[in-house]
Amino acid sequence: MVIVKRLRKDRTAMICSLFLIVVILAGIFAPWLAPYDPIEMDVKEKLTGMNKEYLLGTDQLGRDVLSRLLYGIRTTVFVAMVTMFITIVIGTILGAIAGMFRGKIDEIIMRLCDIFMSFPSEVMILAIIGMMGPGITNIIIASIIAKWAWYTRMIRSVVIKYTGKSYIQFARVAGFSKWHIAKRHIAPSTMGEISVLATLDVGSVILMISALSFLGLGVQAPTPEWGMMLNEAKNVMTVHPFIMIPPGVAILLVVAAFNFLGDSLQDAFNVKRGHE
Amino acid sequence: MKRYVGKRLLSSIPILIGISFLSFILINLSESDPAEVALRVNEITPTDEAVAEMREELELDKSFFGQYWTWISNSVQGDFGNSYINGKPVMDEMKRAIPATLWLAFVSFVIIVIVSTVAAIICTIYEGRFIDRMIRWIVFIGEAMPSFWIGLLLMWLLAVKLNLFPTSGMESPLSVVLPAVTLSFAYISTYVRLLRNNMVQSKHEYYIVYAEARGLKKVTILKHMFRNSIQSSITALGMSIPKLIAGTVIIENIFAWPGVGRLCVTAIFNHDYPIIQAYVFLMAVLFVTCNLLVDIITAALDPRTREGI
Repeated sequence: MVIVKRLRKDRTAMICSLFLIVVILAGIFAPWLAPYDPIEMDVKEKLTGMNKEYLLGTDQLGRDVLSRLLYGIRTTVFVAMVTMFITIVIGTILGAIAGMFRGKIDEIIMRLCDIFMSFPSEVMILAIIGMMGPGITNIIIASIIAKWAWYTRMIRSVVIKYTGKSYIQFARVAGFSKWHIAKRHIAPSTMGEISVLATLDVGSVILMISALSFLGLGVQAPTPEWGMMLNEAKNVMTVHPFIMIPPGVAILLVVAAFNFLGDSLQDAFNVKRGHE
Repeated sequence: MKRYVGKRLLSSIPILIGISFLSFILINLSESDPAEVALRVNEITPTDEAVAEMREELELDKSFFGQYWTWISNSVQGDFGNSYINGKPVMDEMKRAIPATLWLAFVSFVIIVIVSTVAAIICTIYEGRFIDRMIRWIVFIGEAMPSFWIGLLLMWLLAVKLNLFPTSGMESPLSVVLPAVTLSFAYISTYVRLLRNNMVQSKHEYYIVYAEARGLKKVTILKHMFRNSIQSSITALGMSIPKLIAGTVIIENIFAWPGVGRLCVTAIFNHDYPIIQAYVFLMAVLFVTCNLLVDIITAALDPRTREGI
């Protein structure tokens, strides 16, 4: 694989992937890694600041910030990745159908996309949360509804680009079924670009989920989530500003890593296109 | 050109109908009965009788399309019904909140235009040098930083520690500074990147090389580069105006700014559906109108974009 080789040479991409793998593992093994229970309160030990016992200090209810941060990976990062995955799957299925079959079905799917894309996604998400009420499942559903149209359209154009290629045309003339062509030729060649799209956007989904949780519309207390931790930090900002730092830095690093990785992936694929 | 405008206007009609329909079914899909919610928030026990009366008052007993028709014909005339919470007309609440949001969006817009233009020009002049790299780093971090965190940090530093600006509310004229700076941060990152890349690319165009060969002043050459690079940024900027207005939601909640975003989030917590509906409807109309204007302006500037509709 040319792309893997190219990525391996790219130092930022390697560092970012490594960092993200560590973060994901930390999230999976949070129950073993976290020194304390993330929701257990200890009012006597509140807002201790950094010390040996509590590496990142405790919050206003005496909960260990480091443990909350580790468990927060599960909500913030994992939920964003799951959301992205479902969105991509829906976009791929609809985009592939529209791109491969064209005609009426393509027309219907595209007009639907037009309507959904004429809504700014922030407003769409607020509208759906407004209707279904706050909560993490509703946020996932809302962001999928808000984003699927964009991916369907992007993936459709990727599929169309490939169906025009001569080897696909040849497979068609040779009498292979559409399903066979989709499976054998289109899927492998479009997967790369689709994964770039997905990586580029995980960062923005993380920002959105934490923003909604910050407003109190997403993850509900006491589940640890980075955006909500910042909301709680806001209330004790005047007396204990340090508590704003760990969750903010966590979001910043993870989002930056996803953005960097997405950019590198994009470069890797662009170069490939240049060679053709 | 006339043909293009006509076609473009026609094509936005189905979109507007679709949007109005979507924002209408929101209420009908919600799990809780609006009549019951309306009673509960006014602390009336929802007996069967009271619910039935409320349903009649809210015209919930009509057929689905009958309700839609009533709602859409009232909405077009600016009547979005009454708030479930205080019984006041939704339009009055909106009228009070919209100027605050527009003012916030306008100030942010001015900041975005000035800062990103200056930063992009500095980056182009000093391409590859320390200051260019530094600005690009700041831009990159700006894209990864959650806006509410920037807001909190600014609030802590400039309002709590240095006491330069009020922390929240809209009482003094200086109140707008912190929310506007926070709001513009993410957009500045995008435009600096866009404008800088365009300008750096145009450095290698023949007309610039020729201008340099003619020995023109650096400022003149920079003007040429700027004018030719700005077009795509103007399109992107035009598209971002409705996004900017919709994006005030988070910022308004941090800084307790009395705009539509805050109104909407409060309404979500209170299950005050008419306000949510009105917010969604107005935002969608704004979005469609802005897209229409941007498309027409682009088509007027560049005839090539008129094809393919």
